[in-house]
Amino acid sequence: MAVIVAPVPDRLRRARRWERRAVVDRSMRTLALACTILAVIPLVTILAFVTINGITALSIDLLTRSPKATGVGGGAVTAITGTIQMVGLATIIAVPVGLLAGVYVSEFAGRRTAGAVRFCADVLVGIPSILVGVFVFTFLVLPFKQYNAFAGAVALAVIMVPVIMRTTEEILKLVPGDLREASLAIGVRRWRTVISIAIRTGWPGILTGVMLAVARAAGETAPLIMTALGSRLLNIGDFSRPMDALPLFIYANARQPFPALNAQAWGAAFLLLLAVLIINILVRGRSLMGSRR
Amino acid sequence: MTADPTPGAPSTTPDTKLEIRDLDAYYDAFCAIRGVTMSVRARAVTAIIGPSGCGKSTFLRTLNRMHELTPGARVEGSILLDGADIYDPAVDPVRLRRFVGMVFQRPNPFPTMSIYENVVAGIRLVGRASRSELDEIAERSLTRAALWNEVKDKLREPGTSLSGGQQQRLCIARAIAVDPEVVLMDEPASALDPVATLRIEELIAELRANYTIVIVTHNMQQAGRVSDETAFFTMNEDRAGYLVEFGPTREIFTNPRERLTEDYVSGRFG
Repeated sequence: MAVIVAPVPDRLRRARRWERRAVVDRSMRTLALACTILAVIPLVTILAFVTINGITALSIDLLTRSPKATGVGGGAVTAITGTIQMVGLATIIAVPVGLLAGVYVSEFAGRRTAGAVRFCADVLVGIPSILVGVFVFTFLVLPFKQYNAFAGAVALAVIMVPVIMRTTEEILKLVPGDLREASLAIGVRRWRTVISIAIRTGWPGILTGVMLAVARAAGETAPLIMTALGSRLLNIGDFSRPMDALPLFIYANARQPFPALNAQAWGAAFLLLLAVLIINILVRGRSLMGSRR
Repeated sequence: MTADPTPGAPSTTPDTKLEIRDLDAYYDAFCAIRGVTMSVRARAVTAIIGPSGCGKSTFLRTLNRMHELTPGARVEGSILLDGADIYDPAVDPVRLRRFVGMVFQRPNPFPTMSIYENVVAGIRLVGRASRSELDEIAERSLTRAALWNEVKDKLREPGTSLSGGQQQRLCIARAIAVDPEVVLMDEPASALDPVATLRIEELIAELRANYTIVIVTHNMQQAGRVSDETAFFTMNEDRAGYLVEFGPTREIFTNPRERLTEDYVSGRFG
């Protein structure tokens, strides 16, 4: 059956400027898309470059041998173990401090104290990391007249603490006040409510913050230059002496005039990138799982 | 503030669970309720009704000292539980809340805990209990909250997997698991659909045999259905809430003494 349709009335009719609008619309969209691509190019290029150059440089030697004391050859095991040790110790130092500080600011501090502490933490997050290195240098390197891995771990911990503290605080703020009240209303003490209700409910998010801080610390170079220094000797467990780390190893070897050492730097860069990527993917996976529930 | 021992015998009768005397509640300088004096009968349901913002919830929260958890909040006057002032400095508010429990407007089961863990949370987070004691408490509380038959086969599932009405009954089970004497309910059905609301009302009628219940409600029909006594609050020009009239529910709804009450229950304002 044919449907009789009335002509389009004037009040619904396209304006005469329609064509111009369409052109502006299309060009703005294209511009936005171009900027998006521009923003993603560095990331993709870095990933591609490091992967291509790094994978070919990977070898059993790189993973298992120390650098040769003189000349070319050997591997990056000094840097791999150094990064694991220093980031590990830094995590052990930073997690309790950052976590408790975050809990204090979110659950116990008055409005003004909380604001002041939050401001300090935000400034600390934004501080150039070389300054952290210099700061730790004056307190933990100068007095001992010896670059040492402990100072390196402390410098990394200083970087990690504000990150952990701020994420802990933000996550705890997301835990509904209802739940704390429900707990208090059945006669549960405040400290127990904080631990068993607030922290437990926010735990996945807090863990995410810790992992992001670990990833950040693993990639830091500047705070280590003036503390752990780097080393061509394998150092397992002696935190009173210099220690190597992946970023330091990359920095040192990338500047050498030998292609073989440059290749090692690419290999180490690939390992570092892989570690940071894996941590980030784990974090994304966690938060995805969290939101699905 | 301590209760000044009034000359002569206290007006408290054995039937009175809570005696509220000249109670003012403040948020910083703002007076939220002023001069409330009333009593709450044991093993009965007392409803608090009144327009929005008249301090009903604030009043309820003074009864188990949840009010003072808000920064800047304080109370003047006294509240006697079985004749003893709960605002006496020697009173531990946390222990008080074991005897005066609370159910909130929105169901708020602990999201990290299973149904079972939610019910026994008050026991577990405070003291120790054997597995069999916990099992017994969980079954008894859920039965009393009229939820046992619906959840007995899925006690390990998260409390948040239940429907809204079931969650609210879970919260009631959690509140009564610690064996309180008084249960405060702050609009416990206002976030629920009519069927779930009806079940909560039936439950309140059953709980009445064992507990003293004070319920804040927005819904006058609900107050009429569930309560034995009703207190009608409204507010002054300065937004301070006060008690207009208090008496048997039937009286309040059919033969109020005050004009304001009559206007409110007949729907002329509020």
